[in-house]
Amino acid sequence: MTRILLILGYLVLAPAAGALLDGADRVISARMQRRKGPSLLQPFYDLQKLFAKQMIAVNNVQMLLNLSYLVFLAIAGAMLFAGQDILMCMFILSTADMFLIMAASSDSSPYASLGAGREMLQMMAYEPLTLIIAVGFYLTTGSSHVSDIVHASSSAVWLMPGMFLGFIFTAAVKFRKSPFDLSTSHHAHQEMVKGLTTEMSGPTLAIMNIAEYYEMILILGIFGLFIVNENWWSWPLAVLVCLVIFFLEVLWDNASARVKWDLLLKGCWTVTLLAGGLNLLILMLVR
Amino acid sequence: MGKMSRSPWLLHYDASSCNGCDIEVLDCLTPKYDIERFGIINTGDPFQADILLITGGVNSQTEPVVKQLYSQMPSPKVVVAVGICACTGGVFKECYNIRGGIDTVIPVDVYVPGCAARPESIIDGVVKAVQILDQKRAAQNQEA
Repeated sequence: MTRILLILGYLVLAPAAGALLDGADRVISARMQRRKGPSLLQPFYDLQKLFAKQMIAVNNVQMLLNLSYLVFLAIAGAMLFAGQDILMCMFILSTADMFLIMAASSDSSPYASLGAGREMLQMMAYEPLTLIIAVGFYLTTGSSHVSDIVHASSSAVWLMPGMFLGFIFTAAVKFRKSPFDLSTSHHAHQEMVKGLTTEMSGPTLAIMNIAEYYEMILILGIFGLFIVNENWWSWPLAVLVCLVIFFLEVLWDNASARVKWDLLLKGCWTVTLLAGGLNLLILMLVR
Repeated sequence: MGKMSRSPWLLHYDASSCNGCDIEVLDCLTPKYDIERFGIINTGDPFQADILLITGGVNSQTEPVVKQLYSQMPSPKVVVAVGICACTGGVFKECYNIRGGIDTVIPVDVYVPGCAARPESIIDGVVKAVQILDQKRAAQNQEA
């Protein structure tokens, strides 16, 4: 029963929580740049407007692919919050991303195609570490099921600090934060217009945004998984850690410029190898 | 405030401006004027824009581009002509290659005069445009 409630809770509350976080992100970013910034509820206004706009679609399949992106992300997130296998959750997460890439390459815009190519590079950059983390959780707690991981006697982060730090680094790719916002950016003008989302307008873009909010909460959920253990106080602590990490990503976003794709790959793989790989090696020797 | 007016996204195009008005448009994004406090984003993508902000008069080279950009924007949409050249053609009106103001090519909703138009008046124009956006949305709903 609680499992069904958790799944429903995620499906209903995650977009709202994601939109609120996005609004907070925009306000905090504005304050960092000494601006007043938009209202906290701005992402809700944006979504409302996007659904009210005329639907201009270059083809029929783009909306379907975007909806698939949304549905697969919702499934991946629901699996995590329902206590299912974390490895499976991460596989579905990458499947969802493939739908976004297909949606972007389904039109003939050169900007969208470039964005799709860069999105694939981004996947190559962050994917190895997410798999290492799934293995890490298995080695630390003896199970890859989220329901078992949250009942461990001590927080997983003590045995996987390298992976935790590495994931903070690669999560900037998933949150589409500078310096890794190559494929598309939340901010104004980039060298290829809006990249991935160039040909998405009105409702199509709104669905893509909602999917991003699901993904945001899913990634923060994985951060939370590093912290929670059988004690009740680990849950508020996990929420706090997630908020701190989100703030750090916003800070980093405002303090750095966009990098080129080769630096993205080199940077993420070096961090994956050093932080994730070494951590995994030590874990395997210890356990 | 209606649905549209809370998140108007801008598309800025320089039809043949001397860059004076363009710099004032960018000024609106700076901390002093901070146009994002109205929820306005400068998108650069016609597919996602609600307000088309054009500076400079239309000449024979930019005419097809202006038409193309306007046709790519999903309705409801409004056009703001920024600067006297965009309004009427300005000092370039008699030039052999200038068509005249933006309204010779596409329908314009708000005219913001000035050379260069001041950031305050641009923001005023955009806020007017936002109200027209709401009216257009309401009119669309009545038709449907």
